[in-house]
Amino acid sequence: MSFLILEGVSKYYGDFGALIDMNLSVERGEFISLLGPSGCGKTTTLQAIAGLTPVTRGRMTLDGRDITHLPVNQRGLGIVFQSYALFPHMTVAENVSFGLEMRKMPKHERDTQIAQMLKLVHLDAHAQRYPRELSGGQRQRVAIARALVIAPPVLLLDEPLSNLDAKLREEMQFELRRIQRKVGTTTIMVTHDQAEALSISDRVVVMEAGRATQIDAPYRLYEHPKTEFISGFVGKTNLLPGRVSRSASGSAVVLAQGQRLTVDAGEFADGASVTVCLRPEKLFFTEAANGTLAGHIEERFFLGSQWLYRVSSDLGELELSCANDGSAPVEEHASVHLAWADDVARLVAPQP
Amino acid sequence: MPSGWAGHDDNPSSDEYIGRSLEGTRAGLGAARRSARSIMRRTGPIAMVFHACVTVFMLAPLVIVCLVAFTPENTLSVPWKSFSLRWFHAVFEHSDLMQSFWNSLGVATLAATLAVLFAVPAGIAIARHEFPGRQALNGLLLSPLIVPHLVLGVAMLRLFALFGARGSALWLTLAHVVIITPYALRLVVAALAGLDRSAEQAALSLGASHWTVFRRITLPLMLPGITGGWMLAFINSFDEVTMSIFITSPQTVTLPVRMYMIATESIDPMMAAVSALMVAVTAVAMIVLDRLYGLDKILVGQH
Amino acid sequence: MSKATNTASRWTPFALSLPSLALFALMVLLPLALTTLLSFQQYDQDKGVQSGFTLASYALVLGDSYYYEIFFRTGWIAALTTLICVLVGAPEAYILSRMGKPWRSIFLLVILAPLLVSVVVRAFGWSLLLGPNGIVNQVFQWLGIGQVKMLYTPTAVVVALVHVMLPFMVIPVWTSLQKLDPMVENAALSLNASQFTVMRRIVLPQITPGLLSGSLIVFGLSASALAIPGLLGGRRLKMVATLIYDEYLHELNWPLGAAIALALLVINLVVMLSYNAVLEGAYAKRMGRS
Repeated sequence: MSFLILEGVSKYYGDFGALIDMNLSVERGEFISLLGPSGCGKTTTLQAIAGLTPVTRGRMTLDGRDITHLPVNQRGLGIVFQSYALFPHMTVAENVSFGLEMRKMPKHERDTQIAQMLKLVHLDAHAQRYPRELSGGQRQRVAIARALVIAPPVLLLDEPLSNLDAKLREEMQFELRRIQRKVGTTTIMVTHDQAEALSISDRVVVMEAGRATQIDAPYRLYEHPKTEFISGFVGKTNLLPGRVSRSASGSAVVLAQGQRLTVDAGEFADGASVTVCLRPEKLFFTEAANGTLAGHIEERFFLGSQWLYRVSSDLGELELSCANDGSAPVEEHASVHLAWADDVARLVAPQP
Repeated sequence: MPSGWAGHDDNPSSDEYIGRSLEGTRAGLGAARRSARSIMRRTGPIAMVFHACVTVFMLAPLVIVCLVAFTPENTLSVPWKSFSLRWFHAVFEHSDLMQSFWNSLGVATLAATLAVLFAVPAGIAIARHEFPGRQALNGLLLSPLIVPHLVLGVAMLRLFALFGARGSALWLTLAHVVIITPYALRLVVAALAGLDRSAEQAALSLGASHWTVFRRITLPLMLPGITGGWMLAFINSFDEVTMSIFITSPQTVTLPVRMYMIATESIDPMMAAVSALMVAVTAVAMIVLDRLYGLDKILVGQH
Repeated sequence: MSKATNTASRWTPFALSLPSLALFALMVLLPLALTTLLSFQQYDQDKGVQSGFTLASYALVLGDSYYYEIFFRTGWIAALTTLICVLVGAPEAYILSRMGKPWRSIFLLVILAPLLVSVVVRAFGWSLLLGPNGIVNQVFQWLGIGQVKMLYTPTAVVVALVHVMLPFMVIPVWTSLQKLDPMVENAALSLNASQFTVMRRIVLPQITPGLLSGSLIVFGLSASALAIPGLLGGRRLKMVATLIYDEYLHELNWPLGAAIALALLVINLVVMLSYNAVLEGAYAKRMGRS
């Protein structure tokens, strides 16, 4: 039985649906990310689970208990706010202690818990400091400690890494995952950064315009996006419009200029309009041969660990990336040939 | 980049403020030399002369009062040759004056405290709730800033006559409360506006009741604003003369009113001594206010 | 995350505002209402205030040249004070805003701190400075100008009023200046505008709301000033405030005093509302709600 269940949860402001019909089952100990652009409803979902926004419709169950109408100070969930929301007039230790005081825990027990938690987040040396004396990364760890020390059934994170600079963000991603694994708390994180979501989640919920459009494990989400939007939002992609053509020998897609791509058309009917998604890292340079695509390098970008090429071809402008393995990159304006394996192309319904 | 351009943070949280004041003092002393040159660079010499004149103009009456207070002569004169404390002694021996001082102190303390007690709940209602009549209430509570104290004075006089309140210190205090509440209210509302609501939400999520959140999170964070409001209210009550002239009775005469009465009859350096003492009291209050809240923030306001 | 759910009851704001509302109703609304009624009552030299409706007090205020003269004097003194405050306060605020970090705060404090000193002390200070043997006259004598009578003339009143009112002009102008983006001035300069043009066409239009707001406050406060005309104007230089003082506490003609006070209040409100209308109209459109 799932630990946290959302059934048909919706939030409307007048006629405007900020969250529409969210159905989600979260297992105990899972790390779930709510991913999407601004306005997609991910923050609304988190607020609804937290109890900071009342839902218009639907039901939320936690460990068998209906929490739909419970006020926020009775749900007992751990929340890490985007701005951290630390109590500026209290020390780190006092901040972490607050939730335990609300639970009437005796002082010696509190002190033990606080010490343990601060050790877990590597802040034991800073227990008597005030938030204004801490760096951004340290403040965030205080926020996490404060939310975790109360041993909540669910930990809610609202864009926890967006206020950190790039390098720190990367470090904190893994730190977050380490802490979560160690403590084992069911966690739901809101983010607009797909790399973040993919790297540390067990499952990702992609949201668009108030609805969940795909819920999958990161690898599956990346390799088998269900829509054009997801394909482009999660990772980079090349999109090629075309039509399915089924015949006795198999299925193929006929592209705009008449080229045929051999590809598994899955459930699409013959003649259906589709968009072919090709990931840049799945394309590679090759010698001219039958079935390869001729192209011309328009621009080249160096990204450190990768080279990114913009290639013009009969199929339009394509992006191709290859690892920087030390070998010389292809020059700009060079003529090249591209190819890819048959099973890497994905078909999705065209964006209306 | 011109130093006036602070950029983003218009409303630092209260604790940042205390840190900033201390920082500012240290930085100020260090930068004094550089800044003297930088002032010249930014503004022409004419502007500097103009500015110097304005500064002298603003300080002149206060300086002269403090100087004359120390004169050993019987007449109003600047003590060029010798200083004397005789007029200060005269002040402390003048029973009417001392009585008025205690009256003022008592009224101001009580009035400021009451003003804050009225302003905090009203401020919460105005800053945090949407309700019909909110703008009207805000206008009413700030009206003593627009209605001349003169008009309020005569109006109160009429009210006092109705209730037979003329000799009552309590009624006088209430009149002062009304005059100084706008100052307390403005600061309370500003303190609430600058508060990070998510800290309150965090406290709620950790299981605190609404009252606990108010007591342990909201109130402590509002405290600098409340204290600043109290002090500003106190000073304004202590200094108030225009309304008080109409509603004080011989038993309840406040210090500024007494000084006005003395000044219109006979002027000797004792008046200067009292004035010097009042300036000293104000200076102390200013330092305390600055430490607590930031004097420029209070005087300029959070527009 | 955004606003928390408001689980407090609907009546909370009303409960919170009730105490202050009650206090202000009792101490502001009621007295003003009583005073309005009072202004319509009859006054008899011997018997005092009588009941009965009359417009005699207002007729006196609006008709008699004695009162007209006092209102006029109050008006031009207040207007002159306002003008000087604009001419001195605005440039001073500008100079302050251009200053380096520690000096700016220090001088702002110097200009604004006198607000916290009682007006009686400040008026007294000016009586010392402007008296026949005061510092100013001593300087004049040293310069060869000779003794100038300043005390108990409009000059002393205006000077002291300017001293008291200047901070009230500096504050709104300063606030307006703080909202200016200094880069905009630099942009104008880079487009070959002279410093003067930048002042006139970039800075001035943007601080005009502050100037108007400050002028309103200064005019209103100057027109109703009591301690300064009382101490520096002398018995013969009556302004509205000292007039009301006389009527209430010497003549005991309360209805007349009430009528004058209300006339002052109405004038204040009218000036304020008309200025607000100007502000709303001209500036809200161009500059947006400030």
